[in-house]
Amino acid sequence: MIIMSKKILLDSKKIDIILKRLVCQLVENHKDFKNTVLIGLQPRGVFLVKRILEVLNIDFPHLRINNGILDYTFFRDDFRRTSKTISANITSINFTIENKKIVLIDDVLFTGRSVKSAMASIDSYGRPKSIELLVLVDRRYKREIPIEANYFGVKIDTFKGDTVNVIWDDNSKNNIIYIEN
Amino acid sequence: MDKLTFNHLLGIKSLKISDIKLIFETATHFKEIINRPIKKVPSLRDITIANLFFENSTRTKISFELAQKRLGSDIINFSSSSSSLKKGESLIDTVNNILAMKVDMIVLRHPSPGSSLLLSEYTNSCIINAGDGANEHPTQGLLDSFSLNEKLGDLKNKNILIVGDILHSRVALSNIYTLNMLGANVKLSCPLSLIPKDIENLNVSIETDIVKALQWCDAANVLRVQKERMSKSYFPNDREYSMLFGLNIDKINKIKKDIIILHPGPINRGVEITSDIVESNNSIILDQVENGVAIRMAVIYLLASKMNFSIN
Repeated sequence: MIIMSKKILLDSKKIDIILKRLVCQLVENHKDFKNTVLIGLQPRGVFLVKRILEVLNIDFPHLRINNGILDYTFFRDDFRRTSKTISANITSINFTIENKKIVLIDDVLFTGRSVKSAMASIDSYGRPKSIELLVLVDRRYKREIPIEANYFGVKIDTFKGDTVNVIWDDNSKNNIIYIEN
Repeated sequence: MDKLTFNHLLGIKSLKISDIKLIFETATHFKEIINRPIKKVPSLRDITIANLFFENSTRTKISFELAQKRLGSDIINFSSSSSSLKKGESLIDTVNNILAMKVDMIVLRHPSPGSSLLLSEYTNSCIINAGDGANEHPTQGLLDSFSLNEKLGDLKNKNILIVGDILHSRVALSNIYTLNMLGANVKLSCPLSLIPKDIENLNVSIETDIVKALQWCDAANVLRVQKERMSKSYFPNDREYSMLFGLNIDKINKIKKDIIILHPGPINRGVEITSDIVESNNSIILDQVENGVAIRMAVIYLLASKMNFSIN
């Protein structure tokens, strides 16, 4: 018999505090965002980039920030190597990234392979000046390739077989992050 | 991602609606990719594809080749005119020799109907039909409907006219199958001598008055008269064909409505269609060419995704 257990990692209140801190860190490093673009990684990073833009809009309403969403399905390194179904999603980058500072945004950093594929994919839009990574949850010690986040919400330790789930509620009141085994 | 229900693309006839939707959805993503500054993905870097063309082709061959290169695959091109077929080698032997060089996928164009099916039964490789005689040209059928879908939205209950040499056209048959599956109404217009026997069984109607047919339709797909496949004369001359069935500005002005014009190419300007119609705002002929690459990328990618990777 398989017993599934859930452990709540962050509730809405804590997520809000973390989002405000991450936004402050971004503003500290990117100031007026004139040469910076925020790119959410499909599928889950799209929700996070939306939340970050909402917080930026409330706390720093004068800032105008280029943002987009990126799907890296066709750049994945496990094509034909997994029985899992892989769905492509929409990419929407309506600006040039040549010589821009890019902040890739995703909810969870695990093996690092998604970020590696996303970095390969972003190259097809040009050569950025720099690429940074922002994640809400960093599952440390689980990396399969040498990729680390520049900005992170929390670092957590997980066991093999754990999954980290980030649930975004429409009105932001019931956001939750939990670990499931 | 959902999987295709087939392992070889032999014709539209054997597809399911879910296959067509999956191909269209994937092609939409690839269309975005081929409009990026760098138009290439590495998905098929470990796949080798042979393009075997036993008939002349310009756009289909280039379109397949470009699609394969955009997906990062290795390709080899084979043309029957410079091959050992001239020395008497059979199709199966030629293909098996090519496959022995570790080729994973074959794109085949051949003058004999059913040649792709035959090859799929005698080889272990994945086969894509790029036109087999007057039977089918599945990727053309898919890209035509994909292009129509972009302009008209859902094709359910839309009226689509196919004008031209239906009898010798593999494009017509693949279009009819695709459009039927997507719920469109299909009408054919051409001289009765160019209508295949029992074509009404494919859920199509026939209208020999081209102006009436144009008045009825939301889009018209104009096909070339395929003289190279004609063993006898099916109409008196080009001039008469053009007067009765050729699309020109007079006929379009008569219907007093905007319709979308498609043509799979190559175009015989002044015969089945005049230059002013080809270059008009209603023509989506060049969209078809662009969409052809995206559709072929989608078909190749989705078929390749069913071939498991192994290191041996």
